[in-house]
Amino acid sequence: MTFSAQTLSGLAYLVASLLFILSLRGLSSQESARRGNLFGAIGMVLAMAVTAFVVLQPLFSPASETGTSSGPSSSAIGLLLAALVVGGGVGAALASKVAMTSMPELVAILHSFVGAAAVLVGVASYLANGPEAEGGLAHLIEIDVGVFVGAITFSGSLIAFGKLRGLIGSKPHSLPGRHATNGAIVLACVVSGVFFVGAPAPERLMPLLLTIALALILGLHLVMSIGGGDMPVVVSLLNSYSGWAASAAGFMLSNDLLIITGALVGSSGAILSIVMCRAMNRSILNVVFGNFGAPGAKGPAGAAGAAGPAGTVHEATAAQVAELLSAARSVVIVPGYGLAVAQAQYLVHEISSQLERQGVKVLYAIHPVAGRLPGHMNVLLAEANVSYEIVKEMDEVNEDFPRTDVVLVIGANDIVNPSALDDPQSPIYGMPVLEVWKAARVVMLKRGLAAGYAGVDNPLVYRDNTLMLFGDAKQSVAHLLNALGSSSHAA
Amino acid sequence: MATTLGVPKEVFPGEKRVATTPESAQKLRKLGYDVIVQAGAGESAGYADAQYQEVGARIVPDASGVWKEGDIILKVRQPEASEIELMRPGQTLIGFLWPAHSKELVAKLAARKITALAMDAVPRITRSQRMDALSAMANVAGYRAVVEAAHHFSRFFPGQVTAAGRARPAQVLVLGAGVAGLAALAAAKSLGATVKAFDTRAASREQVESLGGTFIPFDFQEAGEGEGGYAKQMSDAYLAAEQALIAQHAKQADIVISTALIPGKPAPQLITSGAVVSMASGSVIVDMAAEQGGNCALTERDQVVERFGVKIIGFTDLVSRMARQSSDLYATTLLHLLESLTHKDKGFHIDLEDEIHRGMLVLKEGELMWPPPKRPEIRAGAPTAHPGAPKHAPPPPPSGHGGRVLLAVVAGLLGLAGLFGPATFLQHLTVFLLACVVGWHVIWNVTAALHTPLMSVTNAISGIILVGGMLILGTGSGWAAQVLSAAAVLLATINVAGGFLVTQRMLKMFRREEAPHK
Repeated sequence: MTFSAQTLSGLAYLVASLLFILSLRGLSSQESARRGNLFGAIGMVLAMAVTAFVVLQPLFSPASETGTSSGPSSSAIGLLLAALVVGGGVGAALASKVAMTSMPELVAILHSFVGAAAVLVGVASYLANGPEAEGGLAHLIEIDVGVFVGAITFSGSLIAFGKLRGLIGSKPHSLPGRHATNGAIVLACVVSGVFFVGAPAPERLMPLLLTIALALILGLHLVMSIGGGDMPVVVSLLNSYSGWAASAAGFMLSNDLLIITGALVGSSGAILSIVMCRAMNRSILNVVFGNFGAPGAKGPAGAAGAAGPAGTVHEATAAQVAELLSAARSVVIVPGYGLAVAQAQYLVHEISSQLERQGVKVLYAIHPVAGRLPGHMNVLLAEANVSYEIVKEMDEVNEDFPRTDVVLVIGANDIVNPSALDDPQSPIYGMPVLEVWKAARVVMLKRGLAAGYAGVDNPLVYRDNTLMLFGDAKQSVAHLLNALGSSSHAA
Repeated sequence: MATTLGVPKEVFPGEKRVATTPESAQKLRKLGYDVIVQAGAGESAGYADAQYQEVGARIVPDASGVWKEGDIILKVRQPEASEIELMRPGQTLIGFLWPAHSKELVAKLAARKITALAMDAVPRITRSQRMDALSAMANVAGYRAVVEAAHHFSRFFPGQVTAAGRARPAQVLVLGAGVAGLAALAAAKSLGATVKAFDTRAASREQVESLGGTFIPFDFQEAGEGEGGYAKQMSDAYLAAEQALIAQHAKQADIVISTALIPGKPAPQLITSGAVVSMASGSVIVDMAAEQGGNCALTERDQVVERFGVKIIGFTDLVSRMARQSSDLYATTLLHLLESLTHKDKGFHIDLEDEIHRGMLVLKEGELMWPPPKRPEIRAGAPTAHPGAPKHAPPPPPSGHGGRVLLAVVAGLLGLAGLFGPATFLQHLTVFLLACVVGWHVIWNVTAALHTPLMSVTNAISGIILVGGMLILGTGSGWAAQVLSAAAVLLATINVAGGFLVTQRMLKMFRREEAPHK
């Protein structure tokens, strides 16, 4: 045999890495996205097949040259098969069942799985080498770092999942002395890491488990203290962490495929986090460590809230809004998290197609941080069959507002707050927003006058060209659709 | 006793509008006012006395009764001498007053110790658009101007090809793209004409084009935008250049509708006699500035005259010719104003701190309050206002020094590890950093709309960690390691299967309108 299993797997891993890169590259446009996903899947199958071959190979070679590698036991093969079957089944079931409004939760829980897998692989790798083996200093450090990142990802993602799912209140919660606590935990992790590396071989397991436990607490505390509206950033960050965790596993197993893939995922999450932070005009550190919108927030936030602009609110009925929409030439719909919560995307699509039939030009405007996941609104609208060509990003649509007759804001608040541009006292000052108030009319569908996630009063609701349609987003939209239907028949 | 709003019949000859309609009277009553209406006040606008009575307003037989009982008088036109005599001290008057060029009237009202609010002086800010009576009237007038033009124009507006021959669409030229000009543009356009519009303010181009008109730019180094979104007066050379440009376009026009006004000044003479001579016979000019002297040299006020074969319409009562529509709109702006003037505890209350109230206030119990002190201009979205630069440039995003420091620390640690670590580590580090660079570049290209699918794909491929689990299982290690790595494989497989499948499901949903099936 000219090719050893090593060479073969190396080659296959290289191809798989390239396929993963192509997969991500495919997502640069709608047209190539599906092909990209296919590349990714092929890459994954290839990697799995080759790994299976490498693992099972000793069983097929009649005379093994080395006596050390005994090959997997039949129990190991059984476990492997069971894990693949069960995991694949669960994954497929999740993927086919999940509602598009629940995508943030799915993504978060999948991150936690990667984190957990990284921890398990780390510990297993340590045990597999045998507690007595001297894997070398570097290897031990790799294991320690790997489980640390993995554990943070795991517990952090679980909390994010809980918050997104509504199992845990979305308000920020943290221990007193939040930063000191975090610092102390990190320090403790370093100390227990040093013990793990420095301890005589048989006594290493305890410090390793201690590190894991501390990292779990750290992840939990970090994410607990971040509010629901910042979840797009948190989920992106955890996406990044899950990548670094995979990469760390690659280091400890000396596996380039893991390193490369992890690095790809890690950069992806990092970029998404940056995009989200820019959209909020905040730094990553501010999101992760700042207590934005927390009760008792100090400084201008509190002051602005107290002396917030009051004024007259112009309330409208669904029938009036329908009349306004029918008479308009151009309408822009701005969806926010409230739309996802109310699952109103299908009804909204019906409204927009009804308007289009009446000859009204309809566009959707998406703010980068609308929803709880980057691109969340796009997916919801796509699910409801809205053509992606009329779904515009903030920069594409902002200059259209002065030429727009009616803007329909559904379940969004902070992303359409004019204070971001004209009130230097406002905590969200400087955040890029959709400048809906430049349109002739704005209709806000809102449950009540409560402030948005940022806890900032929105002067938009008091503007004279703003009409408020109060009520649950889904019901309001349904009433609107009814009114639209009847008014178009009358016309 | 509740404050009484008095609505007299307009006395100016030919004025058919009324300041309050039955519909607005009803709403004013809801605000807590009593409403009295002079008998026959709404008649020429199409509203009978009975309709006012139906909504609870009281009909008073003559004007003196209204002026006597009314605490606040709602009018359309400036009060005439006969009306001023009926005023009593402390009374409030709201209507079009034109204080800038009616010094005499203001003095007379002051002598009567009147409080006067001018509907023509509503500041042009976003909040006051609902009270902008001038714009509402200009809109009506612009529309009516086109109807009058069509009436005197003996050809079709739309182009038609019929068995009996071909008609080309009428060429309409609109001078001044303010509210009236834009309304005229829209009306002419919807009748099927081809419309060009001229305005010295370059900012109006966008509005003209949004209504389907062709904008005629004027390139002369003197910016035309005055205070408050209105045009301002220009030098002689400027005017000459303007006249020349207009003459050139008027030659090709069938209809010219001129709306150019400068507040408090005579209307600029944009259409010279020469320009009229050059127009084809049968053409029509509607001079909406006739009341301020006219934009055309040959306009005669309130007349239709024919000069050099061109009909020149100088009606000053265009809004009155649409009395029902303009009364409805005017009454609504008054209603909005009164809503703002009605304090929930104090009742009728003029708030001197309120920019709108202060801007409109001409007299306060006989004391001259006009013109109001200048305020820094803050406005947006007024119909003729240009979309100017925002007042404050948003601050740049935080520079993220923290992030950079963190990055440097991590890079430094990795570098140290590379230097002092084993050779294999250095090798892995190279691979890792290269992959980061590749990932960084590839992912910036991902379109924002696909960020959720991006996350689910990365979810799937980060399941690659299952390879790690498999490799450990393959080493024939102890049971604990086997169980742990099998669990890792299980979790990672959920990711792989779930991630790819859900991505596929999502991407299938992204579709284009009328996408041809493949």
